Amino acid sequence: MAEVELRGISKSFGQVKAVKDASLRIADGEFIVLLGPTGAGKTTTLRIISGLENPDEGSIHIGGQEVTGEIPAKRDVAMVFQQYSLYPHMTVRENLAFPLRSPLLRTPEDKIHKKIIDIAEVLQIAHKLDNRTTELSGGEMQRVSIGRALVRNPAIYLMDEPLSSLDAKLRADLRVELKRLQVQFGSTLLYVTHDQIEAMTMANRIGVLEAGQLVQVGSPREIYEDPVSLYVGGRLGLPRINAIPAGLFAGAPSGATIMGLRPEHIEQGSGKPAKVLRLEHLGDQTQLHLKIDGHKLITLTDIHSDLKSNDTVYIQPRNPLYFDANGNRVR
Amino acid sequence: MSKWSPTEPSNLQKWLAGSLVVIYALVTLLPLLWIISTGFKTPADSIAYPPKILFNPSLEGYVNLFTTQTRQTEEYLANNPPTNWYEQLVHDKGMVIAGPSRYGERFFNSIIIGFGSTFLSVFLGTLAAYAFSRFKVPLKDDLLFFILSTRMMPPIAVAIPIFLMFRSLGLSDTHAGMILLYTAVNLSLAVWLLKGFIDEIPLEYEEAALIDGYTRLQAFFKVVLPQATTGIASTAIFCLIFAWNEYAFAVLLTSGSAQTAPPFIPTIIGVGGQDWPAVAAGATLFLLPVMVFTILLRKHLLRGITFGAVRK
Repeated sequence: MAEVELRGISKSFGQVKAVKDASLRIADGEFIVLLGPTGAGKTTTLRIISGLENPDEGSIHIGGQEVTGEIPAKRDVAMVFQQYSLYPHMTVRENLAFPLRSPLLRTPEDKIHKKIIDIAEVLQIAHKLDNRTTELSGGEMQRVSIGRALVRNPAIYLMDEPLSSLDAKLRADLRVELKRLQVQFGSTLLYVTHDQIEAMTMANRIGVLEAGQLVQVGSPREIYEDPVSLYVGGRLGLPRINAIPAGLFAGAPSGATIMGLRPEHIEQGSGKPAKVLRLEHLGDQTQLHLKIDGHKLITLTDIHSDLKSNDTVYIQPRNPLYFDANGNRVR
Repeated sequence: MSKWSPTEPSNLQKWLAGSLVVIYALVTLLPLLWIISTGFKTPADSIAYPPKILFNPSLEGYVNLFTTQTRQTEEYLANNPPTNWYEQLVHDKGMVIAGPSRYGERFFNSIIIGFGSTFLSVFLGTLAAYAFSRFKVPLKDDLLFFILSTRMMPPIAVAIPIFLMFRSLGLSDTHAGMILLYTAVNLSLAVWLLKGFIDEIPLEYEEAALIDGYTRLQAFFKVVLPQATTGIASTAIFCLIFAWNEYAFAVLLTSGSAQTAPPFIPTIIGVGGQDWPAVAAGATLFLLPVMVFTILLRKHLLRGITFGAVRK
């Protein structure tokens, strides 16, 4: 395990700037999650660290050594690809052994055997070790692909949405398991996801990417409670943060044009009247869709609420976040 | 099963399709059967009219193919009785075996030149196809078109320049010359076929191997080549069939030490009586290596091993 640092990384593909001047220091043993929509540059960032792409500008340092321009094998990184990329001509066991047998590691066979058994236990694929990878289900392939990274003890693990194609239960199990392993071995991990539960529960720090730019890096709590922009605020939280004109309620600081209101930051009972559009009973929560002065809002309400469409509720904000016309935070 | 199904063909359709295949197979196999059976006929039976379908098999054609014979006097024949079955066969015609024919050597030449050029075509073709598939090659499309354009005329159209080139380079009637020539002709086919196969192998596998601690060359051998076996096998079969059967250049450029079997077989016809059984025997044996090679590689042709391990 080692510290990994990006200094001023930029990368373009033709006219498209995939990553813009990204700097990030990943401490030894830290779990960092990159958040951002499709095309924000998350995968490109991983590929630049791994050495599959070379940055146009900037440098990469692993364990204090500059590795910019080095081939991937020299960087000692392990990566889980979004498309599992299991070697189809090998069995599960051979796939897991492949990185250990590389000229880089040259692990003795008895050690390989032991490691594979251990990892297969953890990932619940022990009974599939002698299957061809083409005979596995999607979830099993994904687990083998995670296993192929976990058998190693690299400077950093890079994971590109590794749990995205698993069913909900397995995803939850593996999420907990991955975090446990990371803590146990003190692994350094850079993890790309869309899933906010993964981001919130696993990350030491979250980095939010917007159009190739790393706009905010901070603890999950900081990102959630103290976003630097409306964009960052919208990355976490379900239902999403509501954006309404700042003038709708009193108390907006000067320069603020947008009020960002998380669903749990809307108090019911007093304040301004809002019309109920509809209720969505989701079992563990009930989402209330409201309209106030022509602006739509979503908030949460009592699970067994008997509000109906066209009812009126009185609402007022609590701890709203203010943003200027460009979406930047106004404090 | 009388239920109509949108995906399963009906029994009638299956029968129709099956019969069509059988009829077509019979039509295409008939010349082959004719050649094989002629090889086991006596010269008299081989030219009988109407053709004999049932006949007494004889190995005379094969003995004639592998030996040269001379006619001898009754006296000589009586004094030198045959010591084995093939001498007996020749003896009965009033002849004795003078020595082996050249068929063995020519056949061996075919093996060296055919397999040599096939190996070289597939080897160079795989490397070139990999480069065209994976790297940014300047003028890639133009180069590929240029490679393909070498196939746009029949190879024999350039026979005369090649003949002159070979003569001045001392390549005429050499194994190296023929291997080089057939490789040059086959290479464009090999590059294009193999590029198609390698394009189908997702780049992700190599990337995974690079991350797993291998260099590009190691990744090529450990990850790309095993998945390209289907393509390599079918390309090798195409190349071998061309090099094996090639006649025109072989006639033009070889006469002695490097002569392949195709130009040699017609010379068996000989003077005087035409020895069709020997010709048929030579053709039958000549078919075997390609057949064996194809059967050996069949497993790779049928095995679709690369499907499904990358999520698209």
